[in-house]
Amino acid sequence: MTPLAGYLLVAALLFAIGLAGALTRRNAILVLIGIELMLNAANLNLIAFWRYGPHPEALTGMMFAIFSIAVAAAEAAVGLGLVIQIHRHAHTTDLDQINRMKG
Amino acid sequence: MRDLGHPPVWTGKDGKPMSIAFYLVAALTVGGGLAAVMLKNTVHCALALTVAFAGLALLFLQLDAQFAGFAQILIYIGAVAILVVFAILLTRSQEAPRGGVFSKSWLTGLAIAAAVFAVLGWAVLQTANLLPRVSEAPVVTVQQIGTALMGRYVLPLEIVALLLTAALIGAVIVAMHEKEGAQ
Repeated sequence: MTPLAGYLLVAALLFAIGLAGALTRRNAILVLIGIELMLNAANLNLIAFWRYGPHPEALTGMMFAIFSIAVAAAEAAVGLGLVIQIHRHAHTTDLDQINRMKG
Repeated sequence: MRDLGHPPVWTGKDGKPMSIAFYLVAALTVGGGLAAVMLKNTVHCALALTVAFAGLALLFLQLDAQFAGFAQILIYIGAVAILVVFAILLTRSQEAPRGGVFSKSWLTGLAIAAAVFAVLGWAVLQTANLLPRVSEAPVVTVQQIGTALMGRYVLPLEIVALLLTAALIGAVIVAMHEKEGAQ
């Protein structure tokens, strides 16, 4: 097994863990945590392919990962703001109880 | 330099085995991720998430991506994890609810995640021999990254700046406390 395959396996495992968290947890904040883990696993793939790819001096994968980190930060801010507002409105962050679109 | 007559199984940039450091950091990252999605207390989940982020930053540093590694530490550990803790404390959801922490359809979710991992792992292992083995460690300075950001990637940079501004304003507006009687 090459080093790249090791990194890819770790990233796949982390992605699956994040997906399992996002799909099985009831707390909306924990679902966001799972989504963050998935985004980070994708970043690890990008960096690993950049490192072992043919033209690392072009910085393509690194730039992709940096922009992905920025977008993930924006996503976390908006998502957690939404969770706080939902909690203020419905007095719960339990996703099994938040089942109405209408306020 | 050791003898490289037969291709080494695990080699770092200078031919030394990198297995122990990689396995340790990978175990730390995966363990942190597992704890982040499995623990009952959500504050503990946030702390485990920080461990997973730190492990990912170490993996980035192992991959010679210094800038991405330190950006990961600054943004994820410094900002996102703190934001998650704030959200947990503001919504008072530290304790596990009475019905358990996992949703009613947890078995389906677990099956989907396991299937996704099986497919990804199978694809990686099938193509493991085709992947590039050893390559020179790229020497990337922060100056090069800055030049690239200001040159070739200036349009994405501006779009990300706009996106971050919009996201900040949007998050503040969404989470802003509306006073009674206002509007």
